[in-house]
Amino acid sequence: MEGVRLIEVKEDILADNIKIAAGVRQRLSNTKTMLLNLMSSPGSGKTSLILKTFEGLKDSIRLGVIEADIDSTVDAEKVAARGIPAIQLRTGGFCHLDATMVTQGIDALAANKLDLIIIENVGNLVCPAEFDTGAHKNVMILSVPEGDDKPLKYPLMFSICDVLLVNKIDYLSLSDFDMVALRKRVLALNPNIKIIEVSCKTGAGIGDWIDWLNKEVAAFSLSV
Amino acid sequence: MHELPITESILNIVISYAEKNAVKKVMAINLQVGMLSDLEDEWIQRYFDHLSRGTVAEGAKLKIERMPIKLQCNLCATLYEVEKTNIGDTVCPGCGKNDGKLISGREYHIRDMEVQ
Repeated sequence: MEGVRLIEVKEDILADNIKIAAGVRQRLSNTKTMLLNLMSSPGSGKTSLILKTFEGLKDSIRLGVIEADIDSTVDAEKVAARGIPAIQLRTGGFCHLDATMVTQGIDALAANKLDLIIIENVGNLVCPAEFDTGAHKNVMILSVPEGDDKPLKYPLMFSICDVLLVNKIDYLSLSDFDMVALRKRVLALNPNIKIIEVSCKTGAGIGDWIDWLNKEVAAFSLSV
Repeated sequence: MHELPITESILNIVISYAEKNAVKKVMAINLQVGMLSDLEDEWIQRYFDHLSRGTVAEGAKLKIERMPIKLQCNLCATLYEVEKTNIGDTVCPGCGKNDGKLISGREYHIRDMEVQ
């Protein structure tokens, strides 16, 4: 039997995606289009938040949306019905978007005429955290019914996001969700994260989110 | 669930190195995966067994070394390890401040491979 030899590889398994993601960021920076990757569990309010965001921004910012779903077009139809430029990507069973899929979405959206593109990622707190989409900002939603223990279960997601939106705060009085404990757990993972409490249903806190976005889009446009 | 695209990427890299190095058979692949990843070792091996059928890497064993989560202090440059659920809450053992940047723990690397 022939001897076993060792070949040094030293390759990053995700190198291709990292490279494509960097290209996406540069391309959108060139046209002053900020890309925001929105992630959460299924049913936590991503589509509702996008609709609220459009209402709040439509006079100041040109918004487009890339919708990702494993196999449906429900969200894109809802968003497009409000007159928001939207493109649906079907991930064909994949649990996350990668930078190649995002590139297809940008190509289809006429991105150079937009100030902000929001990616509605696949509903999932695990896989989307691992794959760079090329976004300039990562934002996640945690809704009150999901519980305040989620940072303990999905630390990577909480540690890579710039903003955490705690949605469905209108449910707080009905639940034992502990906002103080949640904040402590999240800040332990990511001291720089901005936490905004909102309700897409009542509109509470949405103004704070819109203020943050307006400031970030303006600062982005000046920085690139 | 993202084991499948990760596994495809591993197989592509392994086959390309095997071709460059006139390899007859890949026995094992040594991976370094950060502790922050939720990758399931068992599933990645199952996917690999399926995808690698008929290739030079069929039957190869994936050996996964879990890389610790390490921060480097932005103030005094000390390196220190932290627990997965406590990343931002750990102070630097060098200066006692809480201002570290993540430098290890998210790796997805192929270190080397054992071949014939």
